Amino acid sequence: MATTSEIPHKSFRLSMLLYDTRYRSITIQIFFLMLLMLGAAWLVDNTISNLQTLGKDFSFNYLFTTAGYDINQRLIEYTSQSTHARAALVGFLNTILLAVLACVLATVLGVIAGVLRLSKNWIVSRLMTIYVEVFRNIPTLLWIIIFGAIMTESMPAPNAFRGDDPSASMLFNESVAITNRGIYAPEPLFSRSLGNLDIGIFLISIDLLAIIALIVAGIYANRKLMVHATKVQNATGVRPTTWWKTLAILFGPAIVLLVALGFHLGYPSLQGFNFQGGTHIRNSLIAMWLGLGIYTGAFIAEIVRSGILAISKGQSEAAFALGLQPTLTTRLVILPQALRVIIPPLISQYLNITKNTSLALAVGYMDMRSTLGGISINQTGRELEGMMLMMLIYLLISLTISGLMNVYNSKIKLKER
Amino acid sequence: MKKTVFFGTLAAAGMSAGLVSAQTVDQITERGELICGVSTGVNGFSAPDANGVWQGFDVDVCRAVAAAVLGDPMAVNFVPTTGQTRFSALASGEIDMLARNTTWTFSRDVDLKFTFAGVNYYDGQGFMMKRSMGVGSAMDLDGATVCIQTGTTTELNLADFFRANDMEYEPVPIETNAEAQQQYLAGSCDVYTTDVSGLAATRASFETPGDHVILPEVISKEPLGPAVRNGDDQWADVVMWTLNALIAAEELGITSANVAELAEGTTNPQINRLLGSEGGMGEIMGLDADWAVRAISASGNYGEIFSANIGEETPIGLARGLNAQWTQGGLMYAPPFN
Repeated sequence: MATTSEIPHKSFRLSMLLYDTRYRSITIQIFFLMLLMLGAAWLVDNTISNLQTLGKDFSFNYLFTTAGYDINQRLIEYTSQSTHARAALVGFLNTILLAVLACVLATVLGVIAGVLRLSKNWIVSRLMTIYVEVFRNIPTLLWIIIFGAIMTESMPAPNAFRGDDPSASMLFNESVAITNRGIYAPEPLFSRSLGNLDIGIFLISIDLLAIIALIVAGIYANRKLMVHATKVQNATGVRPTTWWKTLAILFGPAIVLLVALGFHLGYPSLQGFNFQGGTHIRNSLIAMWLGLGIYTGAFIAEIVRSGILAISKGQSEAAFALGLQPTLTTRLVILPQALRVIIPPLISQYLNITKNTSLALAVGYMDMRSTLGGISINQTGRELEGMMLMMLIYLLISLTISGLMNVYNSKIKLKER
Repeated sequence: MKKTVFFGTLAAAGMSAGLVSAQTVDQITERGELICGVSTGVNGFSAPDANGVWQGFDVDVCRAVAAAVLGDPMAVNFVPTTGQTRFSALASGEIDMLARNTTWTFSRDVDLKFTFAGVNYYDGQGFMMKRSMGVGSAMDLDGATVCIQTGTTTELNLADFFRANDMEYEPVPIETNAEAQQQYLAGSCDVYTTDVSGLAATRASFETPGDHVILPEVISKEPLGPAVRNGDDQWADVVMWTLNALIAAEELGITSANVAELAEGTTNPQINRLLGSEGGMGEIMGLDADWAVRAISASGNYGEIFSANIGEETPIGLARGLNAQWTQGGLMYAPPFN
């Protein structure tokens, strides 16, 4: 019966924790965990006692007091009477806007430059090599400042557009002005607007939502149409003409809606000191966008190139043997396979762009680092709170980006069954 | 990951705050130099000269304090700070005192936990723009683009001014005076706003100062003065009374030329107490009897410092105005040395 109890039970000695290999690894781990916790406790205690010496407390209440300062680029309603939390939100949205714009530019540039660097045309490939090497090896901040300086120093001031014989003139039929304060472009306006949707924190234009809904619906309907066309082709061998149907589905409803809403463009015009009306794209945004986008584009070019080189030569030879043209080979055979190699390092480039947006103050772009982590901290003296909050938000943004990109990555990666 | 970041912050905060509690005067004596936070460069107030030696109105306050405590006006390590970094630098103990045309306000004194050691310049916020724009008043600035240093009181005053007068403006945030100057000259802002003294100093460094006009409106009170951390009263007293000694010296007619002679003893008991020949005031404060003599010898009394750096004979050309002695109709008034 009781067989298990017959195993000789050696008495446990304390020294076995150190000399017995069964216990040693656990002992070491527990020892280091305790050291780590001690260190953490020391840091927390040190912080608390130092804050006490300074006579400061730890509180986020300052977020709900009046900010008192103005922010030039506002995607949502904000005045100097709004709270610090609101200012942080304005900065956060500016950060996101910049990150998205820069990611798009970097991706487009990177893919083009990466593919062209492998081109058989000597000049094209060398030009791309120069682009990649020049931008990769000079720090981002310098590029941002250079683009900022070019915009500020070499463009005409708004008052150069004044007078009967101005030294500068507007482009595109008097609709776009490029000045040293940024670009003034026409803005879309609706004379019969549907109004705004108030979701508590900010307003969303119903017009915009309606247009987006129509575009999404159009793309969905177009896909159905294509599936139908393929079905007909499979059944009869003749593919029905779809191009005009596609155009009608994609653009027809949107045009009808725009006409119904009374769509027109608001042109910028010179009044007083500045251009009024229209959309003002500030120099700071342009400098940050170009600086981050072109710089990171050089890295993405290298990633794309390495992805393409990772595909064996036999793949393209096989495609040529089937009679596919080079462009089709690239689009249908090489790039889809290369994506698997490209996407993981691309994720970290997107994260880099997002984190590098915090250089924005260099050209006076009011991102989250400038509002929440800059002026608010400075006016309230809440460095610890502000920095921790900002780190938490950047962390959340980064985790979100890498999460989404990883979902995409798992969708396109080689399915192994 | 989250935890690492959290502890990292605490570590950074903990280490930088670690120095705060000790006695500042002892630290400075032990170190052998005063660490003084100044601006990143405003001519006349604090800027390095051609030899890399810091010169200016605020710099001379630091030198006087260093002379009083250490006996050597050159034993100062100047740390350039921007509008945004100055308070963190002071709160963390990176600098011993801040002499950087910083406005004494309620929230800085009470909420940010600093002590202002008096006022060395009574200023107000103004606007500068190109004369060719033809604007004569700040009330005509509706719609203007304004360059402004971030993290300053001027930023808040500007928002209040335009709001109160129901005008619009486009702020261009800038980090340093040099950057603001470059943006303003390139025309990417119509107006540069900061304290009038700062505008005058900036304008003086332009190629053609006459092309730029400082608008008559002064939209705020800006009492500028040196600041120290809360919690070390002895150090706050040393800085405050060194500044007071400079101001009192002008009132009492003590200059860098005659201070050595007057220190021998005079018939004026105020002078005798200030210069240490009676009363033992230096010892009471934890320094020695000659502290004020050294402070005044460093760059002269308040009036000498003013006229050497920013007065009417200098390119900056500021009139004494509010900063004249109280006996001359100004606000400079040192409490008595009794």
